[in-house]
Amino acid sequence: MRVALFPSCMTEGFFPQAAEDARWLLERAGAEVTTPPAATCCGQPAYSTGYSAEAVEMVAQCVDAFADADYVVLPSGSCASMLRRFAPGLMAATDTAAAADALAVRSYELAQFLDGVIGWHPPADALAGRRLVMHHGCHALRELHAAGAAERLLQAAGAELLPWEAQTECCGFGGAFAVKMPAVSAAMADRKLDTLPAAEMLVSADPGCLLQLAGRAGARGLGLTVRHLASLLREAADGP
Amino acid sequence: MAHEPRIDYRVNAETILRDTPGVREAVTRATTHFDGSRERAYGEVDETALRDWAAGLRRHVLANLERYLLQAEERLTANGVEVHWADDAEDALAILETLVQRHEVRRVVKGKSMLSEEIGTNAALEGLGVEVFETDLGEYIIQLAHEHPSHIIAPAIHRSVEDIAAQFETQLGTAPNADPDALAAAARARLREAFLTADMGITGANFVAADSGTVALVENEGNIRISTSVPRVHVAFVGIEKVVPRLADLGGLLPLISRAATGQRLGNYVSLISGPRRADEPHGPEAVHVIFVDNGRSALLDDPEQGEALACIRCGACLNTCPVFRQTGGHPYQWAYSGPIGAVLAPALLGLERAWMLPQASTLCGACEDVCPVRIPLPRMLVTWRQRAAAAGYGFAGEAMAVKAYRWMAARPGLFHRATRLVGGPLGQALGSAPVLREWTRYRDLPGADDDGRDET
Ligand code: SF4
Repeated sequence: MRVALFPSCMTEGFFPQAAEDARWLLERAGAEVTTPPAATCCGQPAYSTGYSAEAVEMVAQCVDAFADADYVVLPSGSCASMLRRFAPGLMAATDTAAAADALAVRSYELAQFLDGVIGWHPPADALAGRRLVMHHGCHALRELHAAGAAERLLQAAGAELLPWEAQTECCGFGGAFAVKMPAVSAAMADRKLDTLPAAEMLVSADPGCLLQLAGRAGARGLGLTVRHLASLLREAADGP
Repeated sequence: MAHEPRIDYRVNAETILRDTPGVREAVTRATTHFDGSRERAYGEVDETALRDWAAGLRRHVLANLERYLLQAEERLTANGVEVHWADDAEDALAILETLVQRHEVRRVVKGKSMLSEEIGTNAALEGLGVEVFETDLGEYIIQLAHEHPSHIIAPAIHRSVEDIAAQFETQLGTAPNADPDALAAAARARLREAFLTADMGITGANFVAADSGTVALVENEGNIRISTSVPRVHVAFVGIEKVVPRLADLGGLLPLISRAATGQRLGNYVSLISGPRRADEPHGPEAVHVIFVDNGRSALLDDPEQGEALACIRCGACLNTCPVFRQTGGHPYQWAYSGPIGAVLAPALLGLERAWMLPQASTLCGACEDVCPVRIPLPRMLVTWRQRAAAAGYGFAGEAMAVKAYRWMAARPGLFHRATRLVGGPLGQALGSAPVLREWTRYRDLPGADDDGRDET
């Protein structure tokens, strides 16, 4: 099975180790993994800001880059959602429409791919006794319905996921929103942080959300440990 | 309208967050409560079937709007209601002025109505020398405070009880720190005289049933019921999209509004008004007027990508669930309709030039679409407005350049991967104060890469 790993720019920039860990997990699960260099940006920032011409070009570039892969796997819910849910509509009136549709059904968020497609789970008890809190990116939660997959993976390893009042609320990142509406964005992150249960770390499969929550926690001087899901799963499977 | 200044949501929101932090607390508390009640209330019914039915019905109405409006006019007229048509706010207020003169009105009581807020009814009446009393408790509070509503169904949602107690202590002479019951009692005592002496009652309408010519209103306090039955004249402002085919449809729609809005099975009072007092009836108004108001709606209806926004039944569920709205309440939107639906309607009804920033006030998290009882695809519509804004050259400074520069980089993989890798590394830390990242670092630290910038290649 040929899997193309699409780390996404945010993972590359801030969670390069998580990208490596995602590759390790996919290989451990039995996939043959490549990282096509031409895959740069999924087009989401341009799309959500309203610049559709640029977004169309970026998606088209992805379609080309992934032409040979059986599956495309992304350690980022929002980028997975861009390829899976938004790209087909965006590309509908272009020459690339059929290829974008085909790419959409082959594209998966990492947890969904591990849990539902390739059927890999971490060893039982590898995370026993760990008290975690999980944040789902909004696109993973509402567009992809990927929350269950991520939680199943952690629970399979025996981790305890603590309940969180603001669990399903947006962290305020929203791509360009974070820089266009910085005060509101920070207030949204505060709402998440202020209701956080006492967990040893916050886990998410979305680098954008991790960046936002860690960044805001840092600015407020809160000691918050954040971890990308891929890194924690690798630790569970490989030992720390 | 085109000359009105741009609505600067960003500055408005920053000001509220900085100067009145209590608003964030009050709005978050109340909306979280409403949102939870909605979820529980949907749990009691076949939510999917009910929402599908309502969504379908509202689309059917929009596709056949003219037919149902004409039928509604005919039935209302047959019931003895005088029907008027207003193209815009100015028209609607001119009609109101003629009614005020014809019926020699000096005092008006109003039931809660977003449309009357949209067209500026209170200011117009005051300009005519008519005294206006808002009779919904929330509306009365903000009228006394010279404010505008901050939420479609809970106009004073941005105010805490302590806040209101302090206001009422000064304005109505209530005891210090009076509880909500005492505050409501004080308002009721004040409004009683207004109810008994008002010449005209003004309301909006939740729906107008075309088959029977019935104006339907649902509420919790009973003020709408009094406003429509005690004064000599009742005037209802109705947006042209508010018509429904059959009276029987209300059996599904009114409970759906209540469940979506506050989690109630049905509001405490439902008023079904099908005309003025008949000869054999002891109570009720002598004259009932329905003013159908367009004010940009028919143009919106013709918009293939945004027309669906008119399916809205004004339940406020999208506001309650919206994490952006929760931080500030409705005032930064500077318009009657706030939150996700307000941000979708504003560019259509106020013009993109004035309202382009409102559709940017969303992370596109999708919570609004998740809860909308009539399944309006709000996030998609927000993106469509952003596309139109970008095409028309509206947007934040530097935004178009940044997107184009990013696109340029993305087309050059070697450069792109090296550059992204550096953002989280030492270079990115050094760039933390550069213009692109300044907005980010104003409120957040720029975290380092999770491998401390080691180069993996
Ligand atoms: S858009 Fe939907 S959720 Fe929002 S007020 Fe209208 S009907 Fe309610």
